[in-house]
Amino acid sequence: MEKIIFYILAIIIIVFAIASVTSRKMLRSVIYLLFVLCGIAGIYFLIDYNFLAAIQLTVYAGGIIVLIIFSVLLVHHIEMELEDIKTSKKILVGLASLLGLGVFLTTIYAYNFPVIENSNSIDMDTIGLGLLSYEAGGFILPFEVISVLLLAAMIGAIVIAKGTKIATSDKPKGKSLEKN
Amino acid sequence: MNISLSITKNIHNWLFSIMPEGVASITEMVLIAVVYLAIFAVAGLYLVLLERRVAAWFQLRIGPNRVGYQGLLQTMADALKLVSKELTGTIKADKFLYNLAPYFVIVTSLMALALFPFTQEFQAFDINIGIFFLIAISSIGVIGILLGGWASNNKFAMIGAMRSGVQTISYELSVGLSLITMVLISGSLQLSEIVEVQKNGWLIVQGHVPAVIAFMIYMIAGTAETNRAPFDLVEAESELGAGFHTEYSGMKFAYFFLAEFINMFIIAAIATTIFFGGWLSPFGITESIPILGLFWFLGKTLVLIFLMMWFRWTFPRLRVDQLLTLEWKYLLPLNLLNIVLMALIVWLNLTIQF
Repeated sequence: MEKIIFYILAIIIIVFAIASVTSRKMLRSVIYLLFVLCGIAGIYFLIDYNFLAAIQLTVYAGGIIVLIIFSVLLVHHIEMELEDIKTSKKILVGLASLLGLGVFLTTIYAYNFPVIENSNSIDMDTIGLGLLSYEAGGFILPFEVISVLLLAAMIGAIVIAKGTKIATSDKPKGKSLEKN
Repeated sequence: MNISLSITKNIHNWLFSIMPEGVASITEMVLIAVVYLAIFAVAGLYLVLLERRVAAWFQLRIGPNRVGYQGLLQTMADALKLVSKELTGTIKADKFLYNLAPYFVIVTSLMALALFPFTQEFQAFDINIGIFFLIAISSIGVIGILLGGWASNNKFAMIGAMRSGVQTISYELSVGLSLITMVLISGSLQLSEIVEVQKNGWLIVQGHVPAVIAFMIYMIAGTAETNRAPFDLVEAESELGAGFHTEYSGMKFAYFFLAEFINMFIIAAIATTIFFGGWLSPFGITESIPILGLFWFLGKTLVLIFLMMWFRWTFPRLRVDQLLTLEWKYLLPLNLLNIVLMALIVWLNLTIQF
């Protein structure tokens, strides 16, 4: 049963991944990418890693894909199609992807995956305590670093959004440049 | 896979006694899917009828009262009419995305519906990250609206879709944060456990002041997330025709329409489960009859739905800038303060418990 579901998910991921890079219409390839991400979330559900699956759905499917769709909606008209690429570029990109595939396959086949019997699904309490513990194996440092990074990004976004307003409201031009 | 399908044990045992295990589990899943689809259709249709009757009541009219007793079959007849209608489409639309868009909206609301504990036994998917899963699912629904608006190749539909995107992305934040406030006090994300916690008093009573604030923020943001008036800029008739579903007809339009009402049901059901004790009866008066849990759950949900309809027929529509000001300048800071307040109350053990 699980094997069948895994193969169905794998086929979905592969087919839509290929479709998303070969499609000539921009929004369609975004939607194919969405299906790929949902398929990956499905695999996380299959291995009983519910938290990561929900994160995958919120961050990638709900956040990033919606942002991409937004930018496509703003800049792209429905009748536009992506240009055909030169043959030399196609060959170059093909070689690069083959190289990447080779690296991945050799790593996967060289590594000896240990099989874990009786895996338990991890509940939220364990994840939360793990994020906040400062003992060995705890994740407090990366957690804090990420929060600082997010704060910096937030301040940056506010500054960018406010930028023109400050420039127009101040009368002397030199001052506004300094502020920005 | 560890899905606990706990709808009714009797059917489960009976199925497994007459069939081999693999076939029985697949049959069981199909049966549950059919049951939920039926709930989806019936609930959607009757909510439409309820909305029309409530609207009529507010405007001193009678409303639909000819088809069946007191108009009870009116929406069934409407559904039949919609099924028999022609599915028109525009020639220059992106056909694939145009046809795909309604299903995004439908599938996400169906997935959310599976999580609710209607009674102690009647719950299809009791996942341990419950609320978080609901938030994750609801963030995907907006993709359907964005796609529908863009793929129709119609400027008004496109503007409606953009407005919807802005609105949903903003208000999702408030919905999530107000639910997180309540998670602080319940101590669990699993919906069945949250109901269990409320046996010592509903969470809105346990958490008193911050819980009431969280409930108000949740209802405002939830109404906005379902794109209902006073937040229905998405389909503002006077400006945009019908907004993102201008180009849809027949059953495809009905999908969007039904999904809107089911989303309203979902928002009210989340509020029932998290603030008002789900299937628990007030003061445990019917604790000995577990089947009455369904009555209490639906009763509380319908009261909240009535509240949302009351909003719709009372308040005028907001402008886009007012909408965004309300979210980013008022609700969000209030919400963040509220989380701190709730954390303090839980930390100092100031909760009210019976």
